[in-house]
Amino acid sequence: MADPIISVRDLVVSYGGRRVLDGVNLDIQQGEVLALLGGSGSGKSTMLRHIIGLERPDSGRICVQGVDINNCSARELKALRRDMGVSFQGSALFSSMTVEENVQLPLRELTSLADPVIEIMTYIKLAAVGLGDAGKLFPQELSGGMKKRAAVARATALDPEILIFDEPSAGLDPIVAAELDELILFLKRAFHMTVLIVTHEMASAFRIADRVAMLYKGSLIAVEDKESFRASNDPRIRQFLDRIPERIAESESVQRRIRELAGVTGATE
Amino acid sequence: MNVLEVIGRGVVQQLAYVGGLTTQFWSGLTAVPRVLPLVGRRGRWSAAIRQMCAIGVDALPMVAIVSACGGFILAIQSASELSQFGAMQLVIDIVVIAFTRELGPLLTAIVVSGRSGSAFSAEIGTMVVTEEIDALRTMAIDPIELVLTPKYLASMVVVPCLTIMSSAFAILAGAGFMYLSRNMTLPIFLRYAAQAVVLRDIVMGLLKSVVFATIIAQVGCMEGFRVSGGPEAVGKSATSAVVKSTFLVIFADLFITTMFYLLGSK
Ligand SMILES: Nc1ncnc2c1ncn2[C@@H]1O[C@H](COP(=O)(O)OP(=O)(O)OP(=O)(O)O)[C@@H](O)[C@H]1O
Ligand SMILES: [Mg+2]
Repeated sequence: MADPIISVRDLVVSYGGRRVLDGVNLDIQQGEVLALLGGSGSGKSTMLRHIIGLERPDSGRICVQGVDINNCSARELKALRRDMGVSFQGSALFSSMTVEENVQLPLRELTSLADPVIEIMTYIKLAAVGLGDAGKLFPQELSGGMKKRAAVARATALDPEILIFDEPSAGLDPIVAAELDELILFLKRAFHMTVLIVTHEMASAFRIADRVAMLYKGSLIAVEDKESFRASNDPRIRQFLDRIPERIAESESVQRRIRELAGVTGATE
Repeated sequence: MNVLEVIGRGVVQQLAYVGGLTTQFWSGLTAVPRVLPLVGRRGRWSAAIRQMCAIGVDALPMVAIVSACGGFILAIQSASELSQFGAMQLVIDIVVIAFTRELGPLLTAIVVSGRSGSAFSAEIGTMVVTEEIDALRTMAIDPIELVLTPKYLASMVVVPCLTIMSSAFAILAGAGFMYLSRNMTLPIFLRYAAQAVVLRDIVMGLLKSVVFATIIAQVGCMEGFRVSGGPEAVGKSATSAVVKSTFLVIFADLFITTMFYLLGSK
């Protein structure tokens, strides 16, 4: 097998003494779509932030295109980031710029294309996510789903080799979400892009992904192709796939704590 | 033991802050050429112009009023003493010298730090909270160059201009006072005022204003970049931008004044 385009080795991350990621290993091959699943708070966004090199891990190594992202020159990092398109969970659109200017920013800053070319490219990128008419609006004037799509358009602006999406389809209606899936598949097929996508939409994950990875309490409990993932017998995965509720509110520890707070001790009960 | 630890930690924190400020200042300064018109990157210069309007043009009324009041107050206070000795002409010297050397730069810095220093940190702090700064970094765009440098350049251009305006308004207020109290007409006042102005004082005032502009822009942006957490951290950063920059401005003022005093006495 060829060298992976992204490789994560023994990634450990803790915030304030609390382990959020505990020895994560993951290889992503050039041209594949990997869906990262996991419960809320399981550390998916944290993992993405480390893969992009926004934060330094406690320990572990992350290589993108063979370059250690925490241990390289500023120039190498810049080149790497130029090859990565990222859409954040909270969109992170620049609120002082219109949607159009948001998409244009990387084109203006990192290329020397002429203005008319930039304008055409911007329109194509926006139209691809169904925002062709919204270019002149400011992010504050968009709905939540429109913001997500604008962020996706901005991430794809430079036709990067690696796309990293943090829940791009959360808050989208089923039709637009399906269109986004098609867009991702198209980018993969046409440009051979590598896509790492965090999602909660099972249908979408199974439609677009080649492989599925699942984070559970800071560790990857499964990294496999989607057929074997779907057929998995692991109770933690089954719970996720079959939408079995945790019933946290009814658990013994929560009930005990409620009684404590209400001033009723175990003895008087 | 414990006290030593607290003091030590405090000192280390302050040193780290100054270190961070210096690095940021340096990267901001080296990025200035990329914001200049013609030689810089496209779009940057217009961002700087927009900042100049926000920092300078919009602050002009306030600087004018504050300085005029300051000039008038200074004239009244000195007149009430000096008239006893029949030395009313000295009032003119006092207003002119005090403002070109000292009060013009200082009042301007206080107004600008309250208006723009806090705005810088609030704007950047919000960008940190909404992950916009992170987004810039992942696009391989340097936030210092894109966000800080236009503000810095604009401050460097605009604060000296405001300082000149401040001194001018204060001196005019002095003229108003002399007219009201002594019936001194404007041309005569201006002749006396012109005699009181010294090039050295103007240079000192402008040097101060450039240093103050640097402090306000750098501290304001630094406080913004240091924000972590939620919206209430942004509010706190705006407050501490004003507090810290005012403190540093007065400290720098003391330093520059002392330097000039020592150099001048030789
Ligand atoms: N900057 C931070 N400081 C402290 N704790 C953090 C920070 N960022 C994340 N965490 C903690 O790390 C854990 C994982 O957060 P993360 O955002 O990665 O979850 P997630 O899997 O993306 O969840 P979701 O699906 O809800 O987006 C959470 O428990 C969170 O409290
Ligand atoms: Mg998340």
